[in-house]
Amino acid sequence: MKQLLILSGKGGTGKTTIASAFIELYQAKLFADCDVDAPNLHLIMSMVSEPIETPFYGLSKFRIDPNRCIHCDECRLLCRFGAITQNTHLIIDPLACEGCGLCEAICPAGAIESFASISGDRMLYIEKDRRFSTAKLRMGNGNSGLLVTEVKNQLQDNLVDTPLAIIDGSPGIGCPVIASMSGVDMVLIVTEPSLSGLSDLKRIVKTAAVFETKTAVCINKADLADSLSEKIRSYCKANQISFVGSIPYDPMIVQALNHHQSVLAKDSTAARAIKTVFSSTLKLLMT
Amino acid sequence: MTIAVLSGKGGTGKTVIAVNLASVSTHAVYIDCDVEEPNGHLFFRPIPKSSVEVALKIPVVDNLRCTGCRKCVDFCRFNALAFIQNRLLVFSDLCHACGGCVVLCPEKALSEREMPIGNISYGISENVEVITGNLQPGKVSGVPIIRQMVENFYTNKEIPIYIDCPPGSSCSVMESIKPADYCLIIAESSVFGCHDLKMVHELVVELHKPFGIVLNKCFNEENPSEQYCLENGLPILAKIPFDRELNKWNANGLIAVKQSPDYHQLFQDLVTKIQAEATK
Repeated sequence: MKQLLILSGKGGTGKTTIASAFIELYQAKLFADCDVDAPNLHLIMSMVSEPIETPFYGLSKFRIDPNRCIHCDECRLLCRFGAITQNTHLIIDPLACEGCGLCEAICPAGAIESFASISGDRMLYIEKDRRFSTAKLRMGNGNSGLLVTEVKNQLQDNLVDTPLAIIDGSPGIGCPVIASMSGVDMVLIVTEPSLSGLSDLKRIVKTAAVFETKTAVCINKADLADSLSEKIRSYCKANQISFVGSIPYDPMIVQALNHHQSVLAKDSTAARAIKTVFSSTLKLLMT
Repeated sequence: MTIAVLSGKGGTGKTVIAVNLASVSTHAVYIDCDVEEPNGHLFFRPIPKSSVEVALKIPVVDNLRCTGCRKCVDFCRFNALAFIQNRLLVFSDLCHACGGCVVLCPEKALSEREMPIGNISYGISENVEVITGNLQPGKVSGVPIIRQMVENFYTNKEIPIYIDCPPGSSCSVMESIKPADYCLIIAESSVFGCHDLKMVHELVVELHKPFGIVLNKCFNEENPSEQYCLENGLPILAKIPFDRELNKWNANGLIAVKQSPDYHQLFQDLVTKIQAEATK
């Protein structure tokens, strides 16, 4: 089975919209949303059943027992994350705590203990022969990379017989993106014609190169700034990155999404362009 | 006053709005905390003044001293250390730089070296001081860069500071908005925009931050984000229509308030409203 991951660097270029269209065109049986910070794919997949939910425990956090603490201040001085503060007694801010456990290891009074902490929730939709894995990080939590890995593991644990899994990714280039890239066969980067889009495209291409992942590029809302679309195409050409097509801006897309309709339901230049991008991507991925 | 501009969803217009707000002020500071994809500098094109490297302290092994007791390996929750074939190995990309292994090694076989993960640059663009955090592609977390910017640059309370936040609602967003006096949430008119607006709304409520909403890229259609604001009594400070002309300026890194008196007025009014709301 091949895995296609959709990324963008810059946010809001249309990853989820394009992922949903690809899932529809391929009639995909396996798909996932790895944007655990702000998952949106479930909003438009019209899954009828309720998902199976399982809490995700990230690394343990730590707390100080004020009755045993001898106020030596050692933990506060050694904590590199500024998570320990002195009030009337020493306390650990669970949101700042990285979970390294140094405080527990060095406390001479044995006053620090770990406790399990839920940092997100996994969701698995099962409908006939379709499997959809997604998750939501709880507010302000770290551990997003770990949760992304869980989303992918959840998909692996529920495989169905299909040649292709489609995975919606998150913006940026940091830990959730890097975690989502592991084991995929190709990354499709959805960019947009702006200086920001181009700058972020270069950064995600560099990131993918560090992890030796194959990439292809498409431009969404391409006609909003033709000269920049041209710049993106020449950048791809100069760097020998496969270019799989341009999709014009179409306000009907947002309206279709808002009415819970498929973006392909009505024939439009944008819908036709998405189909072309899809077949070029598939050709590149499956050969 | 420190104002954090955030959104949950990416691409709603955080950077454009933060850049234009800073530009209409007589003197302002703009801090780009979206260190994975910093874009404010593409608009400001600041004259560079200084730059500092941000590095993590990563353990280095003295194999002559290491006895293979594996205390460090057992301690490290990030699996950044392994003892394989009689040698201690450090996986620097997994290391969170907590320093624990160095403290705990009974043989003092571990010391630290600096591993660069990015930089913070400081520059001037007319009336705006531009501070940009930049994570090196391939590095995992930009939080240490944000933390350093927060410590060094959020101190001046005399002039307005605009913080351009990363998307999402995770640790990097928390870190960016910690010192903010006011949060400005940018929401798009789509179902995605509305879903992520709810998420960030919960976050600012949880952190007890005063906040207001800007509805961006609006059409003359129903707007789920606007509906959510009205139903829950959230203050809408501005409603900016989708505008191809504005989009073109943004795409080319042009600052709208310098291109059009109408946008200048719009952002001037927005500044006034933010100040009124924040001092309520």
